[in-house]
Amino acid sequence: MAEYLIKNGFVYDPVLGIKGDKVDVAVKDGKMVETSALSKPAEIDASGMTIMAGAVDIHAHVAGPKVCAGRNFRPEDKLFRATPMAGIKRMEGGFSVPTTLRTGYDYARMGFGFVMEAAMPPLYARHVHEEIRDTPIIDEAALPVFGNNWFVLEYLKNHEIENTAAYIAWLMRMTRGFGVKNVNPGGTEAWGWGLNCPTVNDPVPYFDITPAQIIRGLIEANEYLGLPHCMHVHSNSLGEPGNFTVTLDTLKQAEGIKARNEFGREQVLHHTHLQFHSYGGESYASKSFESKSKEVIDYVNSQDNITIDLGVVTLDETTTMTADGPFEHHLTELNHLKWVNTDVELETAAGVVPYIYSPKTFIAGAQWAIGLELGLYAKDPMRTFITTDHPNAGPFIRYPRVYKWLMSKAAREDMLDNVLKYGNTVRDRCYIGEIDREITLFELAQMTRAGPAKALGLEAMFGSLKPGMEGDVAVYPYNPETSEDPEDIERAFSNAQYLIKGGEVVVKEGQVVSNGNKRTFWVDCKVNENPQVERDIAEKFKRYYSVNQANYEVYAHHYVPNPYVIEVDATQ
Amino acid sequence: MAKMVTDVICPFCGTLCDDLEVSVSDDGTKILDVYNACAIGAEKFLHSQAKDRVTRPRMKQEDGSWKEVTYDEAIEYTAKMLADARKPLMYGWSSTNCEAQAVGTELGEMVGAVMDNTATVCHGSTLIAVQDVGVPSCTLGEILNRADRIVFWGCNPAHAHPRHMSRYSIFPRGFFTGKGAKGRKMVVVDPRVTDTAKTADIHMQVEQGRDFELLTALRVAFKGEWLPDFVGGIPKKTIYEVADVMKSGRFGIIFFGMGVTQSLSKNHNIDQAICVTRDLNEYTKFNIMPMRGHYNVTGSGEVWGWLHGFPYALDLSRGFARYNPGDTTSNDLLMRDEVDSVFVIGSDPGAHFPNSSVKKIWDLPCVCMDPHLTPTTAVCKLHVPVAFVGVETGGCAYRMDNVPIECRKVVDPPEGMPTDLEFLERVVARVKELKGA
Repeated sequence: MAEYLIKNGFVYDPVLGIKGDKVDVAVKDGKMVETSALSKPAEIDASGMTIMAGAVDIHAHVAGPKVCAGRNFRPEDKLFRATPMAGIKRMEGGFSVPTTLRTGYDYARMGFGFVMEAAMPPLYARHVHEEIRDTPIIDEAALPVFGNNWFVLEYLKNHEIENTAAYIAWLMRMTRGFGVKNVNPGGTEAWGWGLNCPTVNDPVPYFDITPAQIIRGLIEANEYLGLPHCMHVHSNSLGEPGNFTVTLDTLKQAEGIKARNEFGREQVLHHTHLQFHSYGGESYASKSFESKSKEVIDYVNSQDNITIDLGVVTLDETTTMTADGPFEHHLTELNHLKWVNTDVELETAAGVVPYIYSPKTFIAGAQWAIGLELGLYAKDPMRTFITTDHPNAGPFIRYPRVYKWLMSKAAREDMLDNVLKYGNTVRDRCYIGEIDREITLFELAQMTRAGPAKALGLEAMFGSLKPGMEGDVAVYPYNPETSEDPEDIERAFSNAQYLIKGGEVVVKEGQVVSNGNKRTFWVDCKVNENPQVERDIAEKFKRYYSVNQANYEVYAHHYVPNPYVIEVDATQ
Repeated sequence: MAKMVTDVICPFCGTLCDDLEVSVSDDGTKILDVYNACAIGAEKFLHSQAKDRVTRPRMKQEDGSWKEVTYDEAIEYTAKMLADARKPLMYGWSSTNCEAQAVGTELGEMVGAVMDNTATVCHGSTLIAVQDVGVPSCTLGEILNRADRIVFWGCNPAHAHPRHMSRYSIFPRGFFTGKGAKGRKMVVVDPRVTDTAKTADIHMQVEQGRDFELLTALRVAFKGEWLPDFVGGIPKKTIYEVADVMKSGRFGIIFFGMGVTQSLSKNHNIDQAICVTRDLNEYTKFNIMPMRGHYNVTGSGEVWGWLHGFPYALDLSRGFARYNPGDTTSNDLLMRDEVDSVFVIGSDPGAHFPNSSVKKIWDLPCVCMDPHLTPTTAVCKLHVPVAFVGVETGGCAYRMDNVPIECRKVVDPPEGMPTDLEFLERVVARVKELKGA
């Protein structure tokens, strides 16, 4: 395979502790190597440019049934957004819910190497994997959802951690899943009857277990197994004014639990799109609604076993989609736009509603502010990751815009003064105006590379340019010594000059030149034989599932043609 | 003695039953019998064993006779036809697997084709309605476990989806539905007294083409507002009663079929039916689901959805994906003479398109890839028989609730016969050569 030597660029690598020094970067046979290991490398001149490892996205909805529902029911999302085929590059389409082809190309252009699909309904796992297969270039994995699964509810009601863990291991193998996702614990099952669980103490109808028990139980089961990633939660009452108390109650469930795994992960709970969960007040009106980002992030800062991602609102017209079924119903009642819902037997549900975050409204401005505040108040960039909960708070192609806002107070002030209609009210009701901090490029590399890679248990592969890591290198046309205009940040990080993915050049001079050789990651967890769980599974399939147990497993061949399997032994 | 293949998926209708058992001869070449399937499904398996099955491609001659050709010749003809065409129509896709659909889409991109599936004459209007107002729905297992209100509107599962009522919707006992059919109220809306209607608790025998009015009347009735004495031929007392039945359930569903999608008002009927469902979610939990016909028509919409963002009527002829039903739909294109060749894959426009469209197909270069002899194979220039998906090869198919299920291979195809996927892959390779030259 090819050898590359990237010279003269400003390198940012939190793992190696490089903060903008000019260091040569070497890639050989798909891996990072010492420069001395090269014999006849192709040289890439990165003079005046910024070099980082390939980026890692810990939470985006990019593949699967709800994403496809979003595409198919929003033809308007494609209008004037098509890009014709060119060379090896196939046709691209879509904006807030791009086609799989555009998803792969856009991530590559932004310098990403790994993306986590954030919610996989187990019964639809094949669909998720077919889309992942047809997404070029980037490595991907998917998190099956567990927080409303009948097996989990029944086991955790009696705090049966070992049984829960055995079931999780089985389901991850059946669905080729990566970890434990937990969306609106209990609330989505309640949605089966049109109800919800607004706080962590509301019992789930019939199952009579509280969200708090589900959250803590899933954390314990996750650590019992020692999975690469921790329990990944989207807590109850997303998007509701005053929900920050529910968020704090959720985060407190992790108190006293220590990470137990062989992947270098140190946290036991990842709270996703925290922006949507940091609201105060009693209504969306500007005289009541207020930011509680400081209160929430202060707690996160005080604990060392929690990671978060932001979910920054980008002020676009977008398509919301989540396994939080009751929330999407709430949203369609609010904005009266079209609404897709799918309840999935024994497992979960999902909803999809288009949403316009208009800068002309107070509430969108406040949401925008809260997401940024969380990133700016966070003390540890290695535990704070940048997302837009794509496409919920905004499409992932807006990440570079979020970088700009985080890295430049001037850019934020410009938004408050000139773009947001109610900028002054936002200053008044939120903390954004008080914050002077500007995220550095080194911190950016922590928040988009080293941090998420470590949280996913993939620090041995991604997030750094250390020899032995995957050969994922992004070169951005951004000169940290001379660039002063914040717009340069957005422009440069939107389109890398080069991306080497797995040792192959896929973006060259800003153009996609290869469809890459993408892989699907999944975790194969071995557990002790558990006859009770086996019996329960057989029983549920026989009586309550609409498919037979023998037709449930996602076999490799055409669904996961290029797997990367992480093996975990939890038999001890 | 016979071998038993279990957990077989039935590649016939959108119900996609996955509990069939098929006995095959010891050498694994012959299907002896099919268990658990409905009459139609069983016939699909047994038909693959027919003695008179066409096993080699056939080319129509000048004099109207058929001449057997090799698969190589068939690939050459198909590839040339597509590569030379300015705007080919690639129609069908509903009776093949998702892998073939994905490769076929790549082929469509290469030759600038218009891709359309059978939804164009079936649930296409549903897809348009979903684009207008969305769709609150669920998987079939949710119906089994929770539903106590079942409405069949303009569909007749007793004949078209024969195991639907026994597997999912009316008779089975699920987790919260221990009483089975006794715990469910069944409403059928149909101008005809169908066998489905005969089993209903309430049959609203609506006047033909008056579904829109009746649906609107239900929305009025939910709010308890004034109605005229009759709407669509149904007395207002019945409408209030049905509204009450729907509102008083814990979990309900409307299944609907071609009776509403392709009758007067088309997609507006479905708009209204979905709004009925949305309204009901103010009072209880309600869902709506199209009774998709072909076993994998849903899958083709999903494959095109993730690759290009549109579920049918997908026009790739300009080098990027476009969608405009009425403009990029098969019948409109054929009747306006806008396409210059036709490639039919696993479907039968010869039987289901208007005669004027079929005549156009007859006039154009046309390849039909289908295991069966159909009215379409009679009007095409080249008929390419392929292995039966779900019988002689596996592959992914999507049930009417979008749940993907992997079909099983039960027996080998006849010697030398490719699958749809293999044939398409070879056409892709040949088109690449032709385009590269």
